[in-house]
Amino acid sequence: MEAVIAIAMGIMFGSGVWLLLRPRTFQVIIGLLLISYAVNLFIFIMGRLTINQPPLTLAEGTIDPALYADPMPQALVLTAIVIGFATTALYLVVMIGARGLTGTDHVDGKETSR
Amino acid sequence: MSLPWVQHVILAPILLPLIFGAGLILINERHHQRKFFINLASTLAMLLTAVALLLLTDHEYWPDGIGLYLSANWAAPFGIVLLADRLTAVMLLLTSVLATASLIFAMTRWSRIGVHFHSLFQFLLMGVNGAFLTNDLFNLFVFFEVMLAASYGLVLHGYNSVRIRAGMQYIVVNLLASFFFLIGVALIYATTSTLNMTDLAARLERLNPEDMVLLKIGVVILALAFLTKSAMWPLGFWLPTTYSAASPPVAAMMVLMTKIGVYVLIRLWLLLFSEGPAAGFGFDLLLWGGLATLAFGTIGMLASQEPGRMAGYAAVISSGTLLAAVGYGQPALINVALFYLISSTLAVAAFLMLIELIDRIRTPGAAMLALTMEAFAVEDKPGEPVGKAIPGALAFLGLAFACCALVITGLPPLSGFVAKFSLFHTLLNPVDAATGIGVVTWIMIPLIILSGLAGIISLMRFGVRTFWATQNPVAPHLQRSEVMPITALLLVCVLLTVQAGPTMAYLDRSAETLNQPAIYIDRLASSPVIGDTVLEDDQ
Repeated sequence: MEAVIAIAMGIMFGSGVWLLLRPRTFQVIIGLLLISYAVNLFIFIMGRLTINQPPLTLAEGTIDPALYADPMPQALVLTAIVIGFATTALYLVVMIGARGLTGTDHVDGKETSR
Repeated sequence: MSLPWVQHVILAPILLPLIFGAGLILINERHHQRKFFINLASTLAMLLTAVALLLLTDHEYWPDGIGLYLSANWAAPFGIVLLADRLTAVMLLLTSVLATASLIFAMTRWSRIGVHFHSLFQFLLMGVNGAFLTNDLFNLFVFFEVMLAASYGLVLHGYNSVRIRAGMQYIVVNLLASFFFLIGVALIYATTSTLNMTDLAARLERLNPEDMVLLKIGVVILALAFLTKSAMWPLGFWLPTTYSAASPPVAAMMVLMTKIGVYVLIRLWLLLFSEGPAAGFGFDLLLWGGLATLAFGTIGMLASQEPGRMAGYAAVISSGTLLAAVGYGQPALINVALFYLISSTLAVAAFLMLIELIDRIRTPGAAMLALTMEAFAVEDKPGEPVGKAIPGALAFLGLAFACCALVITGLPPLSGFVAKFSLFHTLLNPVDAATGIGVVTWIMIPLIILSGLAGIISLMRFGVRTFWATQNPVAPHLQRSEVMPITALLLVCVLLTVQAGPTMAYLDRSAETLNQPAIYIDRLASSPVIGDTVLEDDQ
């Protein structure tokens, strides 16, 4: 199990590095994405690899959960950052497309008449 | 130890488009036919699962007709729960019917301009289905983003400057709405420490007053995101522009996306605020917002000349009616609202597809498409659709147009009339007869009638100008694959009219469950984890 995950991450990271060293920008951006996936996976399995383990639920009288940081928002913000980043990048593409098609960077696709 | 296989049907509407969409990327764009048929196979499989879910929930395979799927087998409030009840099933069915129709419509022409139409289409369906099935707020956010990302691609599909301009506005508005969504989710989590919608409803009881205020703020901010999607005034200004700019099959799918906002509002509001400590909160906002939307849509409808914008305003009107009906806060109104939702979605979608065919009477060589081709540099230019044309094209267009107009404006004898009539009937016969009929009812009914009138005027003007006032109309070249989906959607409307009784009874059952949050809370609390977990072994 550990080996499979490690090899998968290694392949992903290695391919990313190789692509990063390629001359085209498209390849570079794909390389960056692959590396970021590998790193995300790495962060995720830092919580240890287990199968069929219940989530952290504390029984009565063990420890006071109020003393610990809530892990949920961290997980959520991570997802949110990723999704926000992706959609913003997508918008960037549309912006470039609009610039190319209309010849201007005005949001309406044409300069306001003066 | 293992789950009965039927349980996995709940997951199928999400998994199918994911797998097929990803697989379709690998096939080269040259194989139009192959890609189309794979896409169609997946969409039809989705249709079958939707029917299966409909039967399973309605025949109470699961207690109370609520199927729960605990992902990763985590106990209820901790893991992500997928929930399928009667409402989910009927929405999934609507999605797959509409998807099949618009996909077939796109076969000869629209799926061939630009790349990856089929993959994006499948991902859009994945997002939509996921949004219907999930019972977790953050998961809902993720599915919304999946759906939106695919829709950005599809709105821009067949890249031209009109679409780019509309697409830019659309993306900005939706990005902003997504940020509101996140703020709302964060506030809800901060006050209640849960993101499961049903668990949230259960915890409202134990919330102290300060937290309750924060929670309400959170829910309102969250609702802003859904209200933007469902185009409530003043958040809906982006809608007509985007609808008229998008390619017809995509615009037809977007009609459904407006309804997802309404769907989430129905689900969330009835779950959280139909009873319990915060009962009745926010219903007025929905009601008045809905009425304002209705008025806005009516004025817009009268003002528009282009058929694309008319369809957009028709969608705004239908959103307004729905929001007002939900905000009216009467449990008996929910099933009528759902019936109206189904009928108006089908009609507006059919109308959006029809517009493109009608346009060919006036502009035989589609000028916009030529521009598209040039900009995108597609190798295989489809140009005019090839193949055998159907006879009686003009007669078909006229008849289909009349049918669409009848359903959209709510004139007899089609399903639009049934929906509006039952709406008025329920409004004028309140369950609680002692309170009588309020002022709001007397505002709402004339507004709905006026919006219908505006629709009639606007659509008649367009119809007369196109079919009667055109000098020597040339019968356009229509294909079977373009005529079939429109006919099918309108036939579903006819079927809804004929089978209004059984449909209403079904929607009645789904509304009955929706109006009792306690049922959902009990179901969630008793949802079983399969097998023994380590924790239980220890005890």
